[in-house]
Amino acid sequence: MASVFRLLRTLQSNNGLLCKASSQPAFSRLPQQMGRHHGSAPLTRYRCAYTRAVPLASAAFSTSSHPMRKKVMFPGSLNSEYTHELSFASSVESIPTYQVMDTDGKVLDPANEPQVSEEEAKTMYRNMLTLNAMDQILYESQRQGRISFYMTSFGEEALIGSAAALDPKDLVFGQYREAGVLLQRGFTIEQFMNQCYSNEKDLGKGRQMPVHYGTKELHFQTISSPLATQIPQAAGAAYAMRREGSKLCTICYFGEGAASEGDFHAGLNMAATLGCPVIFYCRNNGYAISTPSIEQYRGDGIASRGIGYGIDTIRVDGNDIWAIYAATKAARTIAVEQNKPVLIEAMTYRVSHHSTSDDSSAYRSKKEVEDWSKRDNPISRMRAWLENKGWWVKGEDAEITKSAKAKVLEAFAAAEQLKKPAIRHMFEDVYSELTPELVREKEEIEALIKKYPDYYQVNDYAKS
Amino acid sequence: MLRLLLPKQRLSRVRHYTAPINGHPMGIANSSLLLRTVASAQTDSRLSSLGLADTELRKMNMCQAINDALRIAMQTNDKAVVFGEDVAFGGVFRCSTGLSQEFGRERVFNTPLTEQGIVGFAVGMASRGHTAVAEIQFADYIYPAFDQLVNEAAKFRYRSGNEFNVGGLTVRAPAMAVGHGGHYHSQSPEAFFAHVPGLKVVVPRSPTEAKGLLLAAIRDPNPTVFLEPKILYRAAVEHVPTADYTLPLSQAQVLKQGSDVTVVGYGSQIYALENAIQLVERDTQASCELIDLRTIHPLDADTVVKSVNKTGRLVVAHEASRTMGVAAELASVVQERCFLRLESPVERVCGLDVPHPLVFERFYMPCAVRVYEAIKRSLAY
Repeated sequence: MASVFRLLRTLQSNNGLLCKASSQPAFSRLPQQMGRHHGSAPLTRYRCAYTRAVPLASAAFSTSSHPMRKKVMFPGSLNSEYTHELSFASSVESIPTYQVMDTDGKVLDPANEPQVSEEEAKTMYRNMLTLNAMDQILYESQRQGRISFYMTSFGEEALIGSAAALDPKDLVFGQYREAGVLLQRGFTIEQFMNQCYSNEKDLGKGRQMPVHYGTKELHFQTISSPLATQIPQAAGAAYAMRREGSKLCTICYFGEGAASEGDFHAGLNMAATLGCPVIFYCRNNGYAISTPSIEQYRGDGIASRGIGYGIDTIRVDGNDIWAIYAATKAARTIAVEQNKPVLIEAMTYRVSHHSTSDDSSAYRSKKEVEDWSKRDNPISRMRAWLENKGWWVKGEDAEITKSAKAKVLEAFAAAEQLKKPAIRHMFEDVYSELTPELVREKEEIEALIKKYPDYYQVNDYAKS
Repeated sequence: MLRLLLPKQRLSRVRHYTAPINGHPMGIANSSLLLRTVASAQTDSRLSSLGLADTELRKMNMCQAINDALRIAMQTNDKAVVFGEDVAFGGVFRCSTGLSQEFGRERVFNTPLTEQGIVGFAVGMASRGHTAVAEIQFADYIYPAFDQLVNEAAKFRYRSGNEFNVGGLTVRAPAMAVGHGGHYHSQSPEAFFAHVPGLKVVVPRSPTEAKGLLLAAIRDPNPTVFLEPKILYRAAVEHVPTADYTLPLSQAQVLKQGSDVTVVGYGSQIYALENAIQLVERDTQASCELIDLRTIHPLDADTVVKSVNKTGRLVVAHEASRTMGVAAELASVVQERCFLRLESPVERVCGLDVPHPLVFERFYMPCAVRVYEAIKRSLAY
């Protein structure tokens, strides 16, 4: 019923606009814009013809008064010309992949030399190594049954470049493989361990599975397992940030698999039409669990969809930390200065299994993975770049990795010693306050625990 | 959706389910309800009544039994297809292992990662008279498909005046707790779908049941949501008939006769109920009747009502949160139809009214201890 009313309203308002348009355009901005496009050099393939600043309170406008008869006048086809050739649009040339350095860490165009200090670059690299070390230890610890679950970032460590390009106050919506972003933001090894151990110091109070990090202090929204749900949320949060006038933006990470979810389409379209300062960052690592990207989509990756939604889009080499860094910096400027969404598609390869519950040898050969790790590794590329700059001494890695591992193991042991969060945390935060029903349930459980302390293993939990 | 995948159940956290209570062995592995020996399968009255007592048996866990059902469904019906995320390589729980090799990728295929797409696609196929068996990787991720199930599948026949129907639709999804699944790998969404006229909702408790009920669901001329308690995939092992057979939908099963209290549940919860009854019968003189609902909707109220009219007491249990749950419906039906026979208030033993909490799961669950206490309360009222 509601949708019928909506349709009626749309028809009525369209009629109104059409009537008005015969004498005077309802909004003059659009025809001017279109005229400019028409008169200038042909649009590049990748530039969206209608990306434009969207007012906060977006208003409908009419195209029916367009003066040029060559162009289609229906309100839904903003920059289309008539043709007399019967042909279907299918593929266009593949969107190129932006690269700053090659696999030997050599900057290919001197103009693209990264504008970072030695210390910034080294911090990024140290975080890549630390992430790698942490992943190795936590992966093993899951194998030993010490934590229930884990997801590694092997092969995708260059993601750290995106975090380095942001303002620390920009809001992050992650999917689940963004530990590197948190590291770059300053989430401590102890905090990672506490979450994975679901102990009393876990910010999430032990309620979610390992790797579901979240921290208000570092502006990183808590991970939720359902895929792509964060995408429209990121658009909404960005709209709120725009209203706040904060000159900040939102970045939203997701995989190419998640981009098949309805929420992806909803989120990108909302962001485009409402002018939201959000960077959509697609980690295209070739696999959604077992499903290779060829079974996930048939278009030109995820990037081509951004253009379809009228979103400024770039594809980058996702193993090239400097390409990621530069693209994210530029995307941030567009988002914040022009109040528009941007889509970055970072092409990489998931060296990891999907998670510790997955054995990827069931659907891809070990050799394929080994070849990839050898051929192109974001860590070795960054190291090569640092060495080329003379900022890194050969062998320094071993030292860093060793100390990172020591730090992880220390934090790990400490986290293992801590108790689970107090049982009261099970009932809190469902609502802002305990409901009468929850109070009753809490009393029931407390009585049972008193009666059966051994069965419930209450000593595992903190006292209060 | 996410898909953190949890097929391996080897964590110490699972231990509390099977920890003995006062020395009493607990858990699925010790259940006498499972056909763990050939002899128990050969003497099973349910299988005998289907003429399956002397047929070939094979030891299967629930995962293999489901695989067997899917294979038979496709062997016997060329219009049957099986699809979902990662289904082609065997699915994250390996329920579809070998099927794409046997039946080809046209009939057993991966889909893009979109639950609404998967179910909508299945609705479309079913509307053409095909048999679409769609898998949602975890029941926790079924909600993007809620619209397709609730507004489309459930109303397809009714809204068209029976011009069209999607009876060939079955949506399978692993559901319920597994010991370490947290919010998004543990949910029991049956009540949402049971609330919708037009959908059937089935939850099996064992390999033999899963095979017969899944085949029945696939062949039933109504859309069905089939929720598989994932903890049973590997934990529950039975000697299952290899023949093609179905078990009736909307027919509850009395698993154990008793005279003093009726205990009702479904899925993996049955084993907690079994243990609770063992404890009650050890500690008291009471005799308990155990009923597996099997189909949540449309409900077999008659079997429950008949039992409660005999015992005068009812305890209902499920993992899903208590408020507005299946137990509430059953309690309501029983007070309507057994009012004068009731000796005590209906007891509900359910998941707590909180999101499924990872590290607190042992408190959240309607475990044997909680059921034991509830049965005793009911008896002592």
